Amino acid sequence: MSGKPKLIYFNGRGRMEPIRWLLAAAGVEFEETFLDTREQYLKLIKDGSLMFHQLPLVEIDGMKMVQTRAILSYIAGKYNLYGKDLKERAFIDMYVEGITDLTNMIMMFPFSPPEAKEKNLALIMERATHRYFPVFEKALKQHGQDFLVGNKLSWADVQLIEAILAVEEKFPAVLSGFPQLQAFKTRMSNMPVIKKFLQPSSPRKPPPDDHYVATVLKVLTE
Amino acid sequence: MAGKPKLYYFDGRGKMESIRWLLSAAGVEFEEQFLTTREQYEKLLHDGSLLFQQVPMVEMDGMKMVQTRAILSYIAAKYNLYGKDVKERALIDMYVGGTDDLMSFIIKFPFLPAEDKEKELAHIIQKATGRYFPAYEKVLKDHGQDFLVGNCLSWADVHLLEAILMVEEKKSDVLSAFPRLQAFKANISSIPAIKKFLEPGSQRKPVPDDKYVETVRKVLRM
Repeated sequence: MSGKPKLIYFNGRGRMEPIRWLLAAAGVEFEETFLDTREQYLKLIKDGSLMFHQLPLVEIDGMKMVQTRAILSYIAGKYNLYGKDLKERAFIDMYVEGITDLTNMIMMFPFSPPEAKEKNLALIMERATHRYFPVFEKALKQHGQDFLVGNKLSWADVQLIEAILAVEEKFPAVLSGFPQLQAFKTRMSNMPVIKKFLQPSSPRKPPPDDHYVATVLKVLTE
Repeated sequence: MAGKPKLYYFDGRGKMESIRWLLSAAGVEFEEQFLTTREQYEKLLHDGSLLFQQVPMVEMDGMKMVQTRAILSYIAAKYNLYGKDVKERALIDMYVGGTDDLMSFIIKFPFLPAEDKEKELAHIIQKATGRYFPAYEKVLKDHGQDFLVGNCLSWADVHLLEAILMVEEKKSDVLSAFPRLQAFKANISSIPAIKKFLEPGSQRKPVPDDKYVETVRKVLRM
C-alpha cells in the first residue's frame, strides 16, 4: 500500500514521540491526525481501529498498528535500523528496553500528582546518571565506535539521543560526567535527518504542558 | 556457545514466567538459579552481570541477556515462533503487547496493599473481559484458524495461553463468553511441549504467595 504512514495521537509527545523520531531518522515522511475530543477517540474504537482501545495508532503498509513497541520494531526492521543479525538485534532490544524504562518515567511525569513531582524528578535524575547513562557510556568507550551496535546507526541510537535530550530538558548538566555521551549527542545531532528533525517546524513536539495533560485526560477519561 | 540457557530470578513467576513458558513451548531445556538472599543479588551486580541492575537475567548463547521483552524476542526468533515475515512479526508483536499489559496487572497484584486488592481484582477482570479477551476472540473468529498468526504456533499463542490461565486462576469462569478462546485454550494446552509444561513436576511456578513477595522485597530492598 502506497502513501505515507499516518500517526493518530494527541498533539504532543507522549508515547508517539519515539515513533516520530524513528521515522524521521529513517528519512520517512509521515502525516498526523491529532485527537482533541473524546468523540474522535470513541469513533476510532467504534470503527475497530484500536485493537486494545489505546493509542498510539499508526496506519502503515495496510495495517492499523497499535502497541508502541510493535510499531517501532516494525519501522526499525523495515528501514534497516535493527542490526544485521539476531545477536545485534538482541543488543538493540536490550538497550531500547532500558532506555524506554527511563523515557517512560519522563513521559509519566506530567501526570503525577503535584506532591509526587519532586520525588519523581529526583528519581529520573538518579536513574539516568546511575543506571542508564553509565551503560551506554561504557558501551561506547569499550568499542570506540560511533554507534551503539554494529558500527552502524540503529533504533538504539535514535532512542538514546531522544532520551538524552529529554533528560537534559529537566537537568541541563546531566551529561557532565559522560564524555562519550556528549560526543555521541553531538555526532547524532549533526546527522542530516536528525538535524532536520531538531529544527523548529519539524514534526518534533515540544515538552508537554498543562494544556497537553488536560487534553489527554479529557479524551481518555469517561 | 553450547549448554542450556540459565535463568536467574526468584523462585516464582514474576517477569521470568513468560520466558519459562516460551522456552518450554520451544522444547528447550533450561537451568535455573534462584535468588533467595540480598547477597546473591549484590554479587550479580558487582560481577557486572545485570546490565540495568535488574532481573530477569538469562545466560544464553554467550550473552547475559536482561529485559524480558528482549529475551522473549530473541527466543521467539531463534526457535521459529516469530512468524514467517515482517508482517506476521508485526501482528505477533502487537498481540504480545496486549497480553503483556494484561499480565503486568496480575504480576503487580501480590505486591499491592491488602486494602487495594479487591478493587484491583475487579479492574483486572474488567480489562480481561472488556478489552483484551474480546480482541483475541475477534482475531480467531475473523480467520477461523487455530493459531493467532499465520496458521502456525507462535510466541503470541503461548503468551495468550499463559494470560488466560493466569486470569482464570483469579476467576475460573472468565472465558464463559468467549467460545473461541475456550477452544484455543484446549488446542494450545494439548500441544505436547505445552502439555508437559502444564503437568506437575515441570518448571512452571505456582501462583505467588506471601513467601514469594517477602523474598522479592528482601532481595530488592523494595
